Amino acid sequence: MLLKVNNLSVDLDGENIIKNLSFEVSKGEIMTILGPNGAGKSVLIRTLLGFLPHKGEITWDKKYKIGYLPQGLNQLLTKDLPLTVKDFFNLKEPIPDKNEIVRYLSMVGLKEDVLSKNTGNLSGGEFQRVLMAWVLIGDPDILFLDEPTTGIDLGGGETIYSLLKKIREEKDLTIILITHDLNIVYGFTDKVLCISRKEHACFGKPHEVMSPQNLEDIFGTKLKYYEHK
Amino acid sequence: MNTQLLLSLISGICISGVAGYLGTLMLSKKMSVIAGPLAHLALPGAAIAIIFGLSLFVGVFPFVLLGTILIWALERKTRLPMENLTAIMFAFGVGTALLILPIDKADAALIGSINTISPIETAVVILISLSVIYMTNKMYSKMMLTNIHEDLARSSGINIDLYNFLYLLNIGLVVSMGVYLVGGLITAALIAIPAAIAKNISSDLKSYKIWATISGAGATIIGIFLNYFYNFPTGPLIVVTGACLFLITVSFKILKHE
Repeated sequence: MLLKVNNLSVDLDGENIIKNLSFEVSKGEIMTILGPNGAGKSVLIRTLLGFLPHKGEITWDKKYKIGYLPQGLNQLLTKDLPLTVKDFFNLKEPIPDKNEIVRYLSMVGLKEDVLSKNTGNLSGGEFQRVLMAWVLIGDPDILFLDEPTTGIDLGGGETIYSLLKKIREEKDLTIILITHDLNIVYGFTDKVLCISRKEHACFGKPHEVMSPQNLEDIFGTKLKYYEHK
Repeated sequence: MNTQLLLSLISGICISGVAGYLGTLMLSKKMSVIAGPLAHLALPGAAIAIIFGLSLFVGVFPFVLLGTILIWALERKTRLPMENLTAIMFAFGVGTALLILPIDKADAALIGSINTISPIETAVVILISLSVIYMTNKMYSKMMLTNIHEDLARSSGINIDLYNFLYLLNIGLVVSMGVYLVGGLITAALIAIPAAIAKNISSDLKSYKIWATISGAGATIIGIFLNYFYNFPTGPLIVVTGACLFLITVSFKILKHE
């Protein structure tokens, strides 16, 4: 087992955000964290990454290289900086060499000429691809993706998930991601962990745990999911 | 060229060049408001230096350092917005200075005294400038990544609190030196204006850093020579020159986009 979480509780500013949560992630799995806004999904990821104090056990079976795309990392944050794509890659440590950058850019479907472009002048899809290459370049074992822009068409009919699927064929990756998109949960992930503000949590394979009743318990409203077959 | 002019030029170029370079990191909203209050905290220190006949730096640096540590610690402990904390520091600095600064001798504290800088002070300025450049270089990528997204930086193993502190320390050093050049009232301009000029004309990070350093130093050279020939006070001349350069680059930018 790559990650084992037992009875995890997280308090922030005196408020209990996560209560007695337990789950496991195996190597090579894709796990989605599902839940309404404010349920503590990002808090959970930030706790797993060691940014927040917690009670309970978080056990990694060994030290892993982590890649993380935090929530809200969007183009607006770099738009006002005189920052080229090359500059953005040079902020990584150790600084990757150009051949390595080009290799990863091509993995996400971008050409070398994007390197000299200002990050603010990229299209939304190009920027998402650059982010994906950026996070992959240190060769992480585990990717944490906090709501990567689901709706965005990366161009050429690809979404961030079809891209990730393609990358996983080339690299052995474990992925823990947050999304609201139920299509992604069914079509892309091995396991789903649902959390809600009311202590209710479920954990298991998507088909097993995502019953209409469970979805209603989590989101507090009637939801019905029609799977596209 | 006379020796005093040479000393003024050397120290002026060092201070403003370093301030310009460091200023390129002041991109996030959180950081851009800090230099002003820190510079105003320099005023009580400058007042003490003037009263006791000490070198300005000796009086100013402890106050700025204390202010730096206070802002850093208060922000972490109180989680108050940086704007709020800096406003408090700002008022504290000016208020204390008004209480103790001998108004008839206030020139040096208010508008700088680069024209009378001594050889020893110049040597100290060179030494501190080199140290600030070294430290800023070391932390540049980390601070830039932190500016973009703190969690992205954290997940890359960057100790954000430590680097924020080192960054503030560097600002403290530059502000303390800046008081020599332009005085406590307008020191923040030394840090803010060159970065704004460079941003208008740069397309990548390297040219951004270079232009900020050059425009900072350039405004100072022009200011010192204008003072030499026309005898207006140097500090305000430097800052006004910088502001004019900024307006020129804004015009170029607008023309380019039309």
